[in-house]
Amino acid sequence: MTDFLVRITISLKEGVLDPEASLIRRALENLGFPTGELKTSRQFLVRFHAENADDARKRAEAMCERLLANPVIHRYEIEVMK
Amino acid sequence: MRFAVVQFGGSNCDRDVAYVLNDVCGIDTDLVWYKEGLSRGYDAVILPGGFSYGDYLRAGAIAARTRIMDDVRRIAGRNGLVLGICNGAQILAESGLVPGVFTINAYPKFICRPAYLRVENPKNPFTLLFAGGEVIRIPIAHREGRYIPPSAGRTGTLKEECVAFRFCDPAGNITHESNPNGSFENITGVLSSGGNVLAMMPHPERASEDILGSSDGKRIFLSMARFIEENS
Repeated sequence: MTDFLVRITISLKEGVLDPEASLIRRALENLGFPTGELKTSRQFLVRFHAENADDARKRAEAMCERLLANPVIHRYEIEVMK
Repeated sequence: MRFAVVQFGGSNCDRDVAYVLNDVCGIDTDLVWYKEGLSRGYDAVILPGGFSYGDYLRAGAIAARTRIMDDVRRIAGRNGLVLGICNGAQILAESGLVPGVFTINAYPKFICRPAYLRVENPKNPFTLLFAGGEVIRIPIAHREGRYIPPSAGRTGTLKEECVAFRFCDPAGNITHESNPNGSFENITGVLSSGGNVLAMMPHPERASEDILGSSDGKRIFLSMARFIEENS
């Protein structure tokens, strides 16, 4: 078993309204930063034991499916960092 | 007949619901801490409003994955009645017991005000005592109440018989202006395909006595009791 650090990024699926993002974009524009697009996402850094990098990815996927993401509105990306 | 009201860490409408059921409706009701489980044979389970686990991650996400939800699933599976109100509705959606999800309002702030609802499906255990198309008034209080059906954005993915309530104007018209949170097609009450699980964002317990300005919510609880009487 090796110690792995995994970066999980949860974001909204294409086409799902992101009210926080549009509000933040407006605030940036008010500050003088013309902004074409702004998206929010959420990142989790998780450290855990796994057999190998593949196993680490599978476990991270399971975490997303079971809790971290809601499949109705979210997609997720997983990066096994070490 | 016995109802249970489940208390999670952060539930805050639990006592209001239990008061309305016990003292206003005359239905024997227990408050059940989530760690106790639902071993007793309950006819109906209510998941009350509040901010379970601080709404961390997503509203209802953590509570939806507690062990007592296996009991709730079991009760729903044997056609017991399950009602989720506000945070309880979010928990039911996160559990997959009703289709879709309730997420952050289109204008992302907390809204607390009375709302008009149109009863879309009067043939389920929760709205037996209403007429189809009837307009009722029940308050809302949420920040994450915008309903999105499965396959976001596409019409026809949610069966019409699964829609219990829509936001409407006082005359019963489904309009953009009467949709306070940007819910898909004004939907704010969703039924499971079996019809015995209802997730609704409005708070019927806050509209259960005339002194509160409306007692329309009480009829939801009384509908449940009537259904159980007729089917036991």
